[in-house]
Amino acid sequence: MFETRIASPFSGESGAITAVAPLGRAVLRCREADIGRVSDKLGLALPQAACRSESNGPNSALWLGPDEWLLLNADMQDGWVPGLAARLDGELCSLVDVSHRQVALSIDGERAEEILASGCALNLSLRAFPVGMCTRTMYARAEIVLWRTGPRSFYLDVWRSFARYVEALLREAESEV
Amino acid sequence: MTNGNFRMPSGGRIDRSRPLRFSFDGRNYSGFDGDTVASALLANGVHLVGRSFKYHRPRGIMGAGPDEPNALIGVRRDQERYTPNLLATQTELYEGLDAVSQNRHPSLEKDRMAVNDKFSRFIPAGFYYKTFMWPRKAWDRLFEPRIRAAAGLGIAPSEPDPDSYAQRYAHCDVLVIGAGPAGLTAAMEAAKSGAQVILCDDRSAMGGSLLAAKQVTIEGAPAARWLAGTLDSLAGMANVTLLPRTSAFGYYPHNWIGLAQKLTDHLADAPPGQPRERLWQVRARQVVIAAGAIERPLVFPDNDRPGIMLADAARTYLQQYGVAVGRKIVVVAAHDNGYRTAHELKDAGIEIAVIADIRGDSPVAARARQAGFRVLTGAAIDGTSGKLRVASITLTSGRKRETVACDAVLMAGGLTPSVHLFSQSRGKLAWDEHLQAYLPDQSAEAERSAGACRGHFALDEALADGAEAGRLAAEAAGFAFRPAAPVYTCAVAHPIGGGGHIGAAPTSDPAKPKAFVDWQNDVTAADILLAAREGFLSIEHVKRYTTTGMATDQGKLSNINALGIVSEATGRSIPEIGLTTFRAPYTPISFGTLAGRARRDLLDPARITAINDWAAQQGAVFEDVGNWKRAHFFPKDREDMHAAVARECLAVRERVGIFDASTLGKIEIVGPDAAEFMNRFYVNAWMKLGVGKCRYGVLLREDGFVLDDGVVGRLAPDRFHVTTTTGGAARVLGMMEDYLQTEWSDLDVWLTSTTEQWSVIAVQGPKAREVIEPLVEGLDLSPEALPHMSIADAQICGVPMRLMRVSFTGELGYEVNVPSGYGAMVWQAIWERGQAHGMVAYGTETMHVLRAEKGFIIIGQETDGTVTPDDAGLAWAIGKAKPDFVGKRSLARPAMTDPDRKQLVGLLTRDPHIVLEEGAQIVASGAVGASIGHVTSAYHSSVLGKSIALAMVRGGRARLGERLEVPMPGGAVAVDVVAPIFLDPKGDRVHV
Repeated sequence: MFETRIASPFSGESGAITAVAPLGRAVLRCREADIGRVSDKLGLALPQAACRSESNGPNSALWLGPDEWLLLNADMQDGWVPGLAARLDGELCSLVDVSHRQVALSIDGERAEEILASGCALNLSLRAFPVGMCTRTMYARAEIVLWRTGPRSFYLDVWRSFARYVEALLREAESEV
Repeated sequence: MTNGNFRMPSGGRIDRSRPLRFSFDGRNYSGFDGDTVASALLANGVHLVGRSFKYHRPRGIMGAGPDEPNALIGVRRDQERYTPNLLATQTELYEGLDAVSQNRHPSLEKDRMAVNDKFSRFIPAGFYYKTFMWPRKAWDRLFEPRIRAAAGLGIAPSEPDPDSYAQRYAHCDVLVIGAGPAGLTAAMEAAKSGAQVILCDDRSAMGGSLLAAKQVTIEGAPAARWLAGTLDSLAGMANVTLLPRTSAFGYYPHNWIGLAQKLTDHLADAPPGQPRERLWQVRARQVVIAAGAIERPLVFPDNDRPGIMLADAARTYLQQYGVAVGRKIVVVAAHDNGYRTAHELKDAGIEIAVIADIRGDSPVAARARQAGFRVLTGAAIDGTSGKLRVASITLTSGRKRETVACDAVLMAGGLTPSVHLFSQSRGKLAWDEHLQAYLPDQSAEAERSAGACRGHFALDEALADGAEAGRLAAEAAGFAFRPAAPVYTCAVAHPIGGGGHIGAAPTSDPAKPKAFVDWQNDVTAADILLAAREGFLSIEHVKRYTTTGMATDQGKLSNINALGIVSEATGRSIPEIGLTTFRAPYTPISFGTLAGRARRDLLDPARITAINDWAAQQGAVFEDVGNWKRAHFFPKDREDMHAAVARECLAVRERVGIFDASTLGKIEIVGPDAAEFMNRFYVNAWMKLGVGKCRYGVLLREDGFVLDDGVVGRLAPDRFHVTTTTGGAARVLGMMEDYLQTEWSDLDVWLTSTTEQWSVIAVQGPKAREVIEPLVEGLDLSPEALPHMSIADAQICGVPMRLMRVSFTGELGYEVNVPSGYGAMVWQAIWERGQAHGMVAYGTETMHVLRAEKGFIIIGQETDGTVTPDDAGLAWAIGKAKPDFVGKRSLARPAMTDPDRKQLVGLLTRDPHIVLEEGAQIVASGAVGASIGHVTSAYHSSVLGKSIALAMVRGGRARLGERLEVPMPGGAVAVDVVAPIFLDPKGDRVHV
């Protein structure tokens, strides 16, 4: 039989930077008038405030735009997105499986903000970028989705082909003392 | 002080318990921890440190900071690490430092180019605009190469820089630039309010002028103690970041400031792997500029001999470094600050031969006389003597002219506020008549200046001004603290006072030419007068004509004196003449700092597919396609590209090949109006495309020219899987979003990029079905169930698969799309299964040849932004009955339907061994005349045993069978025009 483990493009582990286990991901698009009904069917309140996230159990919704959310599922299974699609049947919306489009790193610890500041121009202080805030932004020359999951923890989603570029730069920043 | 030792027995902030050895031009010296190269050289009695840029005159250390024009040195750490043009005044000493002087040959003492000084009257300002004009050819061959060899400062390093450089973004409420008295109180006041504060300073120690303060108390405490206490307090505050050795070099829009931080240059042994410098890009809500002031030199004849320096620099060398700059010193003053220096040097036991004040009698002069100084007032300075060091100065006071022996001359010409950063921020300067200085006036950014850089030179004023600026900055950033900033009580033994002079100093011999205004670019007062005489009125023109202020020091010492000379010569006021614009960087910064981590593999993102590592292991040669790394070909046994591609092509046609097509752009289009959207966007008709079917789509720009193409599959009535070219993916998605948001917001349809969701494994060749069939579950691959141009979701190797039966080779083919996390696994499974069928892996070059044999175009190769669908032979794809699509209207223009447009054709060379050059022009046979077309693709086809080419030729489809020529350097190549398809014209091979 085939080894159906999901391959990671990342090269290794270090103190502050770890590869996140595979997640389910989907991009959801829908109109403002339908957000309430879609949220009900998903069992997850789609955030309407800019750059905010909502979580329910293993599922999270990250606001990427007024009609765009990145849905995440921590218990990665190939059947998760088809299951969501079935629940949303009949709703005017677009749900596309992008579980493999991105891969994620978590950056944790006292130096998390500083490490990310090597390539991200945003103000990542807790005051300006509180826990639960998320945004689509740039790290160096790669597009990322950055999500603050704790006072000293960030989740960084990046398109798979850019993974090693981002990882290499982050590890160089981490190695600075 | 013994002979050659100018270190005072005590004093200074150096650590005398830590002696350091270093060398300068191969000679060994010693200094102490805390020295700069400049202070250590002066402690050893060395003033001569360079030769001037144009005349190669001997030059010495003039200043003690970033304003230094002469003491540019090269520092070598090892074979790979050599940095030219460092300021000795800012280079911290470390054990074993190896420094060399610049712009001299063979040595500082004997410099061959010093002959320039003798011929200086033949090389006045602007000489290069006047000479070297004739004969014209001599400029290229003779003049320019020689001038280039003679010009320039320092030698660029020849080895790649082995160091690493870091970059960091930062945000703060208040950025304070400069940690002198005003900067310190500004930072303190802002920090107390709770604001996030960054305080940066370009020196290793913070404190600015306080580092050299003597007999000064602040709030009753000696200045040094007050400074230490203040720095301790700041360091202890969590909301304060202190950045020493950090120069604020550029002020960019919206309070975006560039800081260059030196991290390891001061260390004898830099920690391995650690960055040498760090670029900070700071976004500050509010900025306080506390950049201080720079002392002006005085412009008098022969004012550039080593040993002639700025008065305050001499005071700094004494008080901060415990160094006497000479044993018998003359002070020439136009500002009371010269008296302060004289008092402090005399208090330290250094002989002051005379104070020559170009002003009249004054209370400071009277006090100095009382203290035992000899003071000349109303003095004119007539010149100096000395070969490699000043030996005497000639002064006239009253009617008496005298020559005073000395080994150092200190100039106190007045203080120039440092308005560089304020000017960079586009703030407006205003001329202050009282201070005779340009001061910050209207701000363009959220910033304020404080202290000496806005004319508050006295210590108590600077401290209070800084505190108030810090309070106001914090308040403006949203941090109310207290209604008024504190005032500071200071006791100062020798106040800084006032005064100053602008322009040339009085001299009884104005004809003497060598009175320097700009030391670094060798510009004299006579040069500036010449420019004024020749009609240059604007200071910007004078600057460019004479090059004053154009050296790397940006005229920190020279600009104001140049203004004064122009003002006096033209009778126009200084505000009328204006001030040149200051530009970043304030002081030179390294290329490494700007480049940061963006070097080598990290210069630009290298995008890699999930199959990249497998291809690398197989020895694939890669090529760059946009940011992607793609396998170009897979050489075996030292094959060259030609052999590898020939083998790969044959194997695909005869058996089966595997190809990584993951980089193709993919967009999932979802919504009830998906088909309507496709109909409006692409030239093709989409409404009737059945679910499970694919169609080749062509996309135009508004002007009717082909923009992109790709196969599109319909997954459901409301869902399409669109593929684009590798390079066009982002462009197509962007254009689609643009149309949806601006033109067709009524459509219920959404776009999602799925390029990287899928690894795309193309399996192509007669054996393709046999290879993948056993791996596929839940799908009948028979030609009846899954004919050419079909799409279906199923499973392969136990993971989800989206299978497209499509062919870019003309063979039976499948594109296996699997979630990219499974890409490598599925590829390996197909590869292993394919071995029994003689499968090869092929790269982009073979893909190009195979498609050319079938006449399939490649966007950007056959098309160049001026090709219509009809030109490319794709008119069949256009949905003729559609009311509209992007570009349709343009296609109806007469020029777009001209039968003589360039059209896609095939070319066969008469000699089948000759492969045409892509881009070669095509002419009618035997005709001399204009090009009628060009070759777009040309390859050797191993399958056909001959060379083939595609070309765009005027009226090409009407020329089938014609013989044309491709003129090449070795003679014209005869070609026959054929239909642009060389293999299997009926397409039998794909329908199996």
